[in-house]
Amino acid sequence: MSTPLKIPKVLLEQYATTTHIAACMLHTIQTRYGDIEGKLVADLGCGCGVLGVGAAMLGCGYLIGFDIDEDALEIFKGNLKDFEIDNVDLIQTDVNSSLSESNFKKSFDTVIMNPPFGTKHNPGMDMLFLRSALDISSNAVYSLHKTSTREHIKKKASDWGVELEVVAELRFDLPNTYKFHKKQSVDIEVDFIRFSHTAKKRR
Amino acid sequence: MKLLTHNMLTSKIIKGVQQGYPLGITATKVDVKEVDFNPDFVSRMIPKLDWPALCKAAEDVGHSAELPKEVVPEYETNEEFLKKAHHVLLQVEVIEGNLVCPESGRKFPVNNGIPNMLLNEDEV
Ligand SMILES: C[S@@+](CC[C@H](N)C(=O)[O-])C[C@H]1O[C@@H](n2cnc3c(N)ncnc32)[C@H](O)[C@@H]1O
Repeated sequence: MSTPLKIPKVLLEQYATTTHIAACMLHTIQTRYGDIEGKLVADLGCGCGVLGVGAAMLGCGYLIGFDIDEDALEIFKGNLKDFEIDNVDLIQTDVNSSLSESNFKKSFDTVIMNPPFGTKHNPGMDMLFLRSALDISSNAVYSLHKTSTREHIKKKASDWGVELEVVAELRFDLPNTYKFHKKQSVDIEVDFIRFSHTAKKRR
Repeated sequence: MKLLTHNMLTSKIIKGVQQGYPLGITATKVDVKEVDFNPDFVSRMIPKLDWPALCKAAEDVGHSAELPKEVVPEYETNEEFLKKAHHVLLQVEVIEGNLVCPESGRKFPVNNGIPNMLLNEDEV
């Protein structure tokens, strides 16, 4: 089990993917698409590393986890130690401002992420993450988005010239991590989506 | 931070910086860790790498003797070469120190092996 963050920072939307959902996602990514084993993988907004640790366990070649928050990264680091994982590196950075311009351009085979969905104060965060993810990947991006935004995402994907496949519809039980959530937990519907670069030109 | 990661990092987002590559390394603590050797993976990484930048990084952290100065032809089948590349890319790790922007001199601290690439608002 990964250690959860003790005091999540509201603006960063630091709820973790449950280990169950993470395991199902990664299993599908590997068995159906072969996009983990031996691959260079990025985990954007990696937090404590539920997805990153899982990908390493499934035999990715190398993984870099990116997050803006150093406390989350420290916990990720601890998890790597506990699981004796040695092919994962972590970088503290703002995914939205720094990646597109960097040498990471198209470097990664696969990007996995559970992006912040965005809040009243910073809407569309998941789409900013998606843009960065597409910039640094050459093959596929796996991401989670609110089902209610599916049409918008489809349009964006077509604008950006990438293919989109809804791999699964999940029910995300956002636990009562934040004090201002009145109910015990909030159920939201979430799409698990695969975006792929279709640049393969036919001759 | 492993040197494979370093090979992809730049400081180009700093306002006024053109390339920001490669970042200099001033390390106060460098570890060498045993990492499983995966020849196929290393082989696939070679064409993605900036080899001179890797040589420079290896030199900065005091491990240049272990790395060939150039990529050899037919490296895919050259296990000795791939093992050396594996060692420098994945086993040598910067734990404490700074990454230094080659143009502005801006330092990015590395703590507990994690480089902090965050910039202040007035820098972007
Ligand atoms: C919904 S959590 C997911 C955490 C983890 N990947 C998981 O699946 O359990 C989103 C993560 O994105 C990080 N984050 C938020 N804004 C960010 C930004 N601009 N750049 C990088 N990371 C960010 C948060 O710190 C948080 O860890």
